[in-house]
Amino acid sequence: MELVRALRAGEEAAFSQLVDTFGRSMLRVASLYVRDRAVAEEVVQEVWIGVMRGIDRFEGRASLRTWLFSILVNTAKTRGAREARSVPFAALGDDAVQPAVPEDRFLADGTAWPGHWTNGPAQWGAPLDRLLSRETRDVIAGAIDRLPEMQRRVVSLRDVEGWSSGEVCNVLEISETNQRVLLHRARSRLREAIERSAIEGND
Amino acid sequence: MSEREITCQELVELVTEYLDDSLPPDRRLLFEEHLAFCSACGTYLEQMRLTIRLTGTLREDDLDPIARDSMLAVLRGFAR
Repeated sequence: MELVRALRAGEEAAFSQLVDTFGRSMLRVASLYVRDRAVAEEVVQEVWIGVMRGIDRFEGRASLRTWLFSILVNTAKTRGAREARSVPFAALGDDAVQPAVPEDRFLADGTAWPGHWTNGPAQWGAPLDRLLSRETRDVIAGAIDRLPEMQRRVVSLRDVEGWSSGEVCNVLEISETNQRVLLHRARSRLREAIERSAIEGND
Repeated sequence: MSEREITCQELVELVTEYLDDSLPPDRRLLFEEHLAFCSACGTYLEQMRLTIRLTGTLREDDLDPIARDSMLAVLRGFAR
């Protein structure tokens, strides 16, 4: 609430604190609704204006962070809907029926051990510090970009922004079960993308 | 009578529920019993944990200074 008081007072330090605490994350979240980077920046600017106009009425029932992101998501949604190619909405998408691991990696029914690995997952040869490099980050960012829309939103909010499953369900208006299915598919795809790059990295 | 054991193919579909701590206790037990004897599934679970950790590093990107300045400019318009 100290930050809220300082914002009401129009203190410069409060503005920097607000931007440095939330700015980067707000831009990323806006990008989940509007793909164009310049438009995402405009969305965030609109949010700052809405926040400053509404700050006197902010009662602190929700946290400042929750309030900010609910304004952000509403603004980004409206903007995204205006620009969206009209894709039919499917909560889970076709990819939801894909298994986490291709079924040919497991022994078939009728064998001695149906459902057990034919070959287990290969060890990732690359050491952790290499996996933590810029290169792996680019691999993951690229793989997230190629995910179906709802998977991209769920995994970005959960695993990039670090939101709880409850927060993600609220904001995306999906059930706990759908959230988990989407997250599971998305993480499985990201694991595959890292695997491809980590194993190539063995040579 | 306990439920039958789970296969590797079933285990890989339960990983997110396991990590979110939302498996029912009996399923959780079967999951952990499976892990105790299956090193391939142990490797898989570790890779999923590492995937989540690596995805989290995308959060560390800095705000581009130009975008930061224009955000501050908008806010300063409200200074009183």
